Amino acid sequence: MLDSIAIEGGFQKPVFDAQTVFRAIMQAMAEPGTIHRGMALAKPPAPLTPEAAAVALALCDQDTPVWLDSSLAAEDAVRAWLAFHTGAPLANTPADAHFAFSADPEHLIGLENFAQGSQEYPDRSATLVLQVSDLSGGEGLVLAGPGIESVARLAPRPLPRHFIRQWAQNHARFPRGVDLILVSRKGLAALPRSTRISSQEA
Amino acid sequence: MNAHTDNIAQYNFAYLDEQTKRMIRRAILKAIAIPGYQVPFASREMPMPYGWGTGGVQVTASIIGTDDVLKVIDQGADDTTNAVSIRAFFQKVANVAVTTHTADATIIQTRHRIPEEPLKSGQVLVYQVPIPEPLRFLEPRETETRKMHALEEYGLMHVKLYEDIAQHGHIATTFAYPVKVEGRYVMDPSPTPKFDNPKMHMSKALQLFGAGREKRIYAVPPYTRVESLDFEDHPFEIQTFDEPCALCGGTNVYLDEVVLDDRGGRMFVCSDTDNCEARRAEGHRGHLSGEEAATV
Amino acid sequence: MYVAVKGGEAAIQNAHRLLADRRRGDRNLPSITLEQIASQLSLAVDRVMSEGSLYDTGLAALAVKQARGDMIEAIFLLRAYRTTLPRFGYSRPVDTAAMLVERRVSATYKDLPGGQLLGPTFDYTHRLLDPELAEDAAPAAPEARSEAEEAMPRVSDILANEGLIEEDGSLPEDREPGDITREPPEFPMERDQRLQALSRGDEGFLLALGYSTQRGYGRNHPFAGEIRIGEVDVEIDVPELDFPLTLGRIRVTECQMVNQFKGSKKVPPQFTRGYGLVFGQSERKAMAMSLCDRALRANELDEDITAPAQDEEFVISHCDNVQATGFVEHLKLPHYVDFQAELGLVRQMRREYEERHKGAAADTERREAAE
Repeated sequence: MLDSIAIEGGFQKPVFDAQTVFRAIMQAMAEPGTIHRGMALAKPPAPLTPEAAAVALALCDQDTPVWLDSSLAAEDAVRAWLAFHTGAPLANTPADAHFAFSADPEHLIGLENFAQGSQEYPDRSATLVLQVSDLSGGEGLVLAGPGIESVARLAPRPLPRHFIRQWAQNHARFPRGVDLILVSRKGLAALPRSTRISSQEA
Repeated sequence: MNAHTDNIAQYNFAYLDEQTKRMIRRAILKAIAIPGYQVPFASREMPMPYGWGTGGVQVTASIIGTDDVLKVIDQGADDTTNAVSIRAFFQKVANVAVTTHTADATIIQTRHRIPEEPLKSGQVLVYQVPIPEPLRFLEPRETETRKMHALEEYGLMHVKLYEDIAQHGHIATTFAYPVKVEGRYVMDPSPTPKFDNPKMHMSKALQLFGAGREKRIYAVPPYTRVESLDFEDHPFEIQTFDEPCALCGGTNVYLDEVVLDDRGGRMFVCSDTDNCEARRAEGHRGHLSGEEAATV
Repeated sequence: MYVAVKGGEAAIQNAHRLLADRRRGDRNLPSITLEQIASQLSLAVDRVMSEGSLYDTGLAALAVKQARGDMIEAIFLLRAYRTTLPRFGYSRPVDTAAMLVERRVSATYKDLPGGQLLGPTFDYTHRLLDPELAEDAAPAAPEARSEAEEAMPRVSDILANEGLIEEDGSLPEDREPGDITREPPEFPMERDQRLQALSRGDEGFLLALGYSTQRGYGRNHPFAGEIRIGEVDVEIDVPELDFPLTLGRIRVTECQMVNQFKGSKKVPPQFTRGYGLVFGQSERKAMAMSLCDRALRANELDEDITAPAQDEEFVISHCDNVQATGFVEHLKLPHYVDFQAELGLVRQMRREYEERHKGAAADTERREAAE
């Protein structure tokens, strides 16, 4: 049973689907706050979503240890699916992970627990893929920084607790820090560490 | 042996295998997230020599899809031999649509120039980079330059530029003129003439830089501050030309000097051939363009 | 009227047709076969395999033919093909003690278990051109070894029994050997990755560097402990099997240099080693590699770094001939945009220089007139 779930649900056209997903992520990372739709999706076992699974297929492989939050790690089918389709090993600790996936961002451990990179090699840091239900119905975030002409807005939910404060700390560690990819049914957006975030009310 | 020769032509879409593309794609994302920082990547041997655009080709091969329209320029021109060769490579291995029109391209791979026509949102400019480290000619050791970037210790570069001023009265760097990205990393813009530096600042296009032999990828996202290093009393200046393009009459563009004879005869024409052709199609004429020459 | 140069595409096609013609040469002569290259120019093929880092005599012979005998071009061809091959896994370290030895010499012992075995060497040939080779003279059949083969322990193992030589290079148990083809280099580099880089490094570059250590630029008192050439098994571990699977045999040349070492604060006086291992028969390369390997261990052995051969970043960054040839040769690509920028600058500086000069001359004239 487990096996049949594990081997199904990959990309229909692996080479071309991976390319469209990557381009969506690249554009999202290059222009924080923009929402990208229409990329190829995967059909993973729940609670991993088709969008998060597509990101995993596009970016993860044997060379990228992956960390799963407890709601994803609890599902054997999710672990088996990721192992089969990406070959990515599970990271022993969040600090070892190149990619981290969370189906429950609200209860995500603090961003500082993930690899931040070093001052010499800030690229040796984690990319966090957060499954959110929505990119426009949450608390309004005002974004500024590279990739943004003046300001951009995004209102994802749910987000990790005290997100704005956590993000300010993450941004303060620049060039070290983590980058976020937010995935929802409504599309994909990204928050690189270079982005400054303030709340709409402020 | 026949088995080898039969199988030898089996290449993936865009030549690179998927694992290599994923590795490069991950490096590109980090490069975008840390503007101006050089991300080390496991550059592959390509079927063209190191130093001939293998970095740019690997970046292009990793981002290109079937919907893309590719333009390749070298020295600003679409018809220089290496540009022709790289364009033909992607037509062969990715069967991708190509163009010479800057505005029609989704991906532009370039060596030594930035197109004159302002780039648009959604376009990607891929630079071929020979030596990605702006500090390399001041300090040949990677172990040292990496520390300097980590500590944001760029004094050496300022000293070098200032020595120029002391000696010549102005900065004597005309291409690969160092820039600072978003106030943090000093970056090599690749060997483009400094004329092109201002185009990088707050560009609407994503700029990706690939250095294959040196195994580095770096990026400037759209709308990112790119400032050429200078001093308050010696502000950065770009090259100017005394005459317009002899073919299209264009001014404020970068010109190539063409030697006409061995008696000092020369003319200046646009380096950006697409821009020049478009201007001529619009009816602009320079003093040596066909119609005028015919009436003389 | 001026017409910009066009037709790069046609020019390239024509150039390639001409290249193919010159490659073929005189049509009245038979085309050389890959089998002929592999069997009669086998040391050229070995070098291409070694520096191309792909063991395949047929493809290497094809590369030699396609490159018209240009070794670096052939190496480049093989590398560019190699990079597209899927990777199934990593073999076990080859066991050179179990080598099917064809040649084995030691400069450190008069005689030793297994004996000295000259094998197919140029050594002691008088370098007199042989007119008979211009014809198709059949050589005499070689003498075959008749006696049962005696075990041939490595000289390093013999010395190790006495405790006078450092142990085989040891990596921590949990350390996966690096792979320079999959990871960008990072300095300082571990010895495993350094050896990989040297093994596919340019023979000429390593030869010159090794030579420089002998002439005092990072001298390290080498003795050729042993050079052995022969075939070894390549074995791979398969998860489902509890024994390694033999994929086949490859010919390699191994050189172990034995170097005097006076000891440091941490290490007692003993012999140290420089190591060389390359595909095929290439003793010069293996020996040069082992000299360079030993020189590059200066830091590890607390020796002063004073010479180019000891400078890891310098040696490793420049030993790859595919990289080197690409970058040196890229200078022939058009650079006229940058040259234009430099032209402008030199003209400007020349103007400034002449103005200063004129100014100075005028000053002198004025002074002279006033006087």
